[in-house]
Amino acid sequence: MDRRNFLKTLAAAGAVLTVKSNGMMDVMASTVPSGSAQNASDSQADLVAVMNGEPAAMLQTAMKELGGISRFVKSGNKVVIKPNIGWDRTPEQAANTNPDLIVELINMCKEAGASEIKVFDHTCDNWTRCYENSGIQEAVRKAGATMVPANEQSYYANAEIPRGKNLKNAMIHKAILECDVWFNVPVLKNHGGALMTASMKNLMGIVWDRRAFHSRGLHQCIADITTFKPAALHIVDAYRTLATNGPQGRSASDVVLTKTLFASTDIVAIDTAAGKFFTQVNERIRFEDIEHIPDAEKLGMGTMDLDKLNIKRIRI
Amino acid sequence: MLRKIRIAVALAVITLLTFGFVDFTGTHEPWLQKIQFVPALLSLSAITLVCLIIGTLIFGRLYCSVVCPLGIFQDFFNRLSKTIDKKKKYGYRPERPRLRWGILALLVLAWLFGFTFLVGLVEPYSAYGRIANELFKPVYLLGNNLLAGISEKTGSFRFYRVTISLQSIVSFVVALLTLLVIAYFSYFHGRTWCNTVCPVGTLLGGLSRFSLFRIQIDKDKCNNCSLCSRKCKAYCIDSSNQAIDYSRCVSCFNCIDDCRQKALSYGPVKLKKRTANKEAADPELSKNTGTDTIDESKRQFLKSSLALAALAPIALEAKVSGRKDTRIPISPPGSISHKNLLQHCTSCHLCVSKCPSHVLKPAGLEYGIGGLMQPVMRFDRGYCNYDCNICGQVCPTGAIKPLTVEEKHHTQAGCVVFNVDICVVKVNRTSCGACAEHCPVQAIHMVPFEGGLTIPETEPELCVGCGGCEYICPVDAVHVEGNPVHLEAKAPEDGPTIKTEGFDFGF
Repeated sequence: MDRRNFLKTLAAAGAVLTVKSNGMMDVMASTVPSGSAQNASDSQADLVAVMNGEPAAMLQTAMKELGGISRFVKSGNKVVIKPNIGWDRTPEQAANTNPDLIVELINMCKEAGASEIKVFDHTCDNWTRCYENSGIQEAVRKAGATMVPANEQSYYANAEIPRGKNLKNAMIHKAILECDVWFNVPVLKNHGGALMTASMKNLMGIVWDRRAFHSRGLHQCIADITTFKPAALHIVDAYRTLATNGPQGRSASDVVLTKTLFASTDIVAIDTAAGKFFTQVNERIRFEDIEHIPDAEKLGMGTMDLDKLNIKRIRI
Repeated sequence: MLRKIRIAVALAVITLLTFGFVDFTGTHEPWLQKIQFVPALLSLSAITLVCLIIGTLIFGRLYCSVVCPLGIFQDFFNRLSKTIDKKKKYGYRPERPRLRWGILALLVLAWLFGFTFLVGLVEPYSAYGRIANELFKPVYLLGNNLLAGISEKTGSFRFYRVTISLQSIVSFVVALLTLLVIAYFSYFHGRTWCNTVCPVGTLLGGLSRFSLFRIQIDKDKCNNCSLCSRKCKAYCIDSSNQAIDYSRCVSCFNCIDDCRQKALSYGPVKLKKRTANKEAADPELSKNTGTDTIDESKRQFLKSSLALAALAPIALEAKVSGRKDTRIPISPPGSISHKNLLQHCTSCHLCVSKCPSHVLKPAGLEYGIGGLMQPVMRFDRGYCNYDCNICGQVCPTGAIKPLTVEEKHHTQAGCVVFNVDICVVKVNRTSCGACAEHCPVQAIHMVPFEGGLTIPETEPELCVGCGGCEYICPVDAVHVEGNPVHLEAKAPEDGPTIKTEGFDFGF
């Protein structure tokens, strides 16, 4: 059945391509006003934190406070969702983003009229096992979006990072390069080296050569990559939090059911909030030591001063 | 009819078996690999062995025509030669028992002395496995990547691109040379390889001599035209004596169709006829194939095998303990020890092909010359996935035992070694933690260092030797040393209970 579909699509490809390129022009025109609307509206929250709900319900609540999905996705947009799928672990082990959250976001994007929705991550463990055992591949397919491989260098293209300090260029996944809008959807975890991983650290999964990050100064490189084509919205999944032995975890005792979700357009603010939340869960980690957050603030990617922001704290 | 059935079955077998080698998606579980003779012998799979032996005693060397991939593969070249040269003739050649049994004896000796490499070199299943893995697979992957490129343009990612790379220069060259030699022999000399060099051919030939079902010549119908003999790719029909050397007949059934007199048939041996046959062929046969000679060489073979069997363990021991490399190779989890691998692995490279993380590579001289091309774990392209146990599941020879995921978690194939003096945290004063990030058991984990920095610390008894740390370390400060005999890895203990409730937003 799939092959037949594939062949059908292949046959129709020529026609579709011309239509698509026209559609893209409209999209480019329409993204400009949405950007200005973001600054104009005061009633929209800058950062939303939701507690005590299921992943889908918490996202719905947060999205409402942020002004709805249509603020981010316009009809015909090519959308990318970038969860953390780094490890060959089950959803219960909390090393990857919760699949239910991804499904809800896909549904929202479809409602907003997205023309295509791609989901990928450059995994650490074997990618087919990660895609499968994280439960994300199946959930994404069922929800009608496309799982895109990221296992091969040819899926990436070199890109300049003009605002980067240590990282001046990197091989970035083509799905990110080619999309109109993308969502950064990490899971909140402990990390042996970066202490905590949330929105910023998740960006390492759009890059091919990760090792360069570690040799050129991890925190600064993480901060540098935030300046490249920022995501429209960052959603931190803290439904289950991997408090210790991150980012993989090794047993159930590392996982805490925290039932929380953060969402913001400001990557510095959301990781500040997530970091302060995380240091409650793992009290041995000091927020001040998570250096990549102030590093990104210095690059002008957002603010750590949460008091300046319009923050919504909601308990379901 | 029999010939057509033989061809159909052989085609199906070689297609499926080859697919087992080239498939990279893991959807197909290779099983034809497990019914091959040498793997069954090495893994002592009693059921398979008994089936193959009894099968040969009943039906002759059908194995060589429809099960052995190298045998079937040779028939392609054979067919090609007949298509190109329409007048191709074979004729009858006397058996060369000394050579056959001599080669077999040599191989057994080589194996006993730890030169499994030589056995793997000519053992037909493994020889074909390497050809499939080193030569066919890259072509298959190239085709897949082209298909993936086309399907991507339509927005489908059902096919995905994969990296094509050379597994090892040595095994590539060996596979290529094997292909050339096999192509040469089968193109010009039919099944001479199978009836001279191949150890399985010799062993099964020894059995098929007594097989119940066999090709028989009806002397009343036969007009001594010698057509069957000229068409026999095994050179085993002595038409002038109306006799067949059953030790070399591979039951291809070509002669049955070729005979215009319908004098040849395949069926259970008729005792009366058999004696009659023997009498007729006796004067020639007893001199040519000479039962005396066979017995003598067999006797010699047995004697020397037994004598040298006693010396073999000593030689093996010297080999394993005599190595003084700085880095000890890491054999795959389930291989138990370097010694077990050395004794059982014929380097078919099925594990190399199936390893989803591309960790298993054909060894160079890491295990010594006897272990050339046997699988070794290398972490330049990936590391051993904690929950993956495919290599042991597919290994047909018992060189890598099948482990459950749980058993694998407690197997220490190698152990972490950390050199703090070149670690980026100490040298550059930046955070890293890549090694700890990749460690599934936290045998290498981060502990507080100067300022807010963390630095790796090892807990070797937890290490499983997966190589995640070695793979990702940006400066080679951490690597894994192999365990010549695999050890048990200690199960990690649960950490202190973390606060599980009463959280606020925290900001």
